[in-house]
Amino acid sequence: MSRRRGTHVAAVPRSLAGDAWRDLRRSPLFLTSAAIILVLIAMAAVPSLFTDVDPRACDLAHSREAPSGSAWFGYDLQGCDMYSRTIYGARASILVGVLTTLVIAVVGSVVGMVAGFHGGRLDALLSRLTDLFFAVPMLLGAVMVLATFPSAVGTPAWQTIGKVVLALGILGWTTVARLMRSTVIQVKQSDYVQAARGLGAGAGRILLRHVLPNAMAPVVVYSTIILGVFVVLEATLSFLGIGLQAPVISWGTAISEARSYIRQSPHMLLFPGAFLSVTVLAFIMLGDAVRDAFDPRLR
Amino acid sequence: MGRYVTRRLLQMIPVVIGTTFIIYALVWALPGDPFAGRCGARPCPPAYVQAMTDKYNLDDPLPIAYVKYLGSLLQGDFGETFQGLSVGEELLRAYPTTVKLALVAIAFEILIGIGAGILAGLRRGSFIDNLVLVSTLVVVSIPVFVIGSVLQLFLGMRWGIFPATVGGDASLYNLILPGFVLASLSLAYVARLTRTSLAENRRADYVRTAIAKGLPQRRVIGIHTMRNSLIPVITFIGADFGALLGGAIVTEGIFNVPGVGNLIFRSITTRDGVMVTGAVTVLVLVFLLVNLLVDLIYGWLDPRISHG
Repeated sequence: MSRRRGTHVAAVPRSLAGDAWRDLRRSPLFLTSAAIILVLIAMAAVPSLFTDVDPRACDLAHSREAPSGSAWFGYDLQGCDMYSRTIYGARASILVGVLTTLVIAVVGSVVGMVAGFHGGRLDALLSRLTDLFFAVPMLLGAVMVLATFPSAVGTPAWQTIGKVVLALGILGWTTVARLMRSTVIQVKQSDYVQAARGLGAGAGRILLRHVLPNAMAPVVVYSTIILGVFVVLEATLSFLGIGLQAPVISWGTAISEARSYIRQSPHMLLFPGAFLSVTVLAFIMLGDAVRDAFDPRLR
Repeated sequence: MGRYVTRRLLQMIPVVIGTTFIIYALVWALPGDPFAGRCGARPCPPAYVQAMTDKYNLDDPLPIAYVKYLGSLLQGDFGETFQGLSVGEELLRAYPTTVKLALVAIAFEILIGIGAGILAGLRRGSFIDNLVLVSTLVVVSIPVFVIGSVLQLFLGMRWGIFPATVGGDASLYNLILPGFVLASLSLAYVARLTRTSLAENRRADYVRTAIAKGLPQRRVIGIHTMRNSLIPVITFIGADFGALLGGAIVTEGIFNVPGVGNLIFRSITTRDGVMVTGAVTVLVLVFLLVNLLVDLIYGWLDPRISHG
């Protein structure tokens, strides 16, 4: 979005997003995190680029073998190659993060926008509803949803992933809704919205063309940071044994399996744990960079 | 002040009712046989199913069953689990441990978090400042269960400095390691918050005035700057305390701490609905009350914010 706007309006003063993009391209924080994230996305999309070992070709004879020259990350309990499984594990983890972020960004934005723009009774109702969901701790709520719809070992991968996304999404949208509501209330009173209204634009047009583009920034920043948090939450749920399940390869399931053998085979925990941490780090750094670029007060 | 507290308490009522309803609906109204696996490998005898259906009002429509539940809750009766254990007693047994664990965690946040934040904030751009910034970023990105497992492995098992698990004996010494793990994430936030707040306030007008009128450095920083800088930090720690009192599923699980988090997780996985609804109700109540308390302390620390 930002790139299109940046070049599109070259002659007129740049938009906020255009300015932000110009700042971002010069920020080392952004460049580093973007590079890490690109590698991770490549890993998730085409894992065979990074390894030619089949993550499902396991040999029990190698069970829990320590890292060596032939298997850099060692082997897991079933004797599968840990390096290959860690590479392939990126897909499920990142998929959960991206999908959940999309769900909460859309749901939260719609709720917040309607509440902020409409105001009155509807606003009061939606805000109280947001409060309710906000009061339930996220991990706890997700555990409850997943315990009610448990995934068995044979469940297809997309179903297991879908359940985790839903469980996290049900409680995750509240902050986006609050952010959106408060910015929409601010934007609603600005002159250009009044002008559009005066020219006879309908509510839908005002919302989509004028309010939404100008109220997006905080949601974009929040979404970037929270994506990493969702990756961690997925891993935490899998660690507790109720998130993703066996046929799905993910960092969380690997760590969950490693738990019982941490004393004898710490490599089973350390490698997926390290990949998980670097992913989260990259998204936090990206979020910081995007926030700096979007926050006019810091200019 | 009194009116403010009353208004906040009244506003809590719909939130508590709504939240408990969400939990209640999640536990009881979702598809799935509540008796599945309850009687071992065989299906439950009809007499047992009948008795339990009556006891938990499973035949009533959801809103009615919920109102009945709420009614007994208001009389202080949390009900009994499927095994006939009193939910109230179980909660009373688990809560002291969780409170102790939360206090240990808060102590770490204050000591290390504020300490590191002050060191960094007083010397912006120095080596210590950069060290604090980088290390907090690293701590924030490592998931709690990885930190927990790794520290348990090295400090607990390999080097034997701290007990690796807590078990039945929840003494303060046993809770040091889990408390530190529980605090790690917030500790990093506290350090960063202290640093930013301190650095901002050092440029404030009243600090310049204090320096200009010749107060010694110690007094300028120790009294004028510090008092104002710590206000947001104290709010954060207070809110965090409220969240910690809700129990920590992951940390309590790793270190086998017999607290509320463990209790809730166990009852969720065994689908012990009464225990889950009871525990979560208490948890949400505590969370809301602590937050109210934090807001009151905030007004007291910073008289510019009035709750008139």
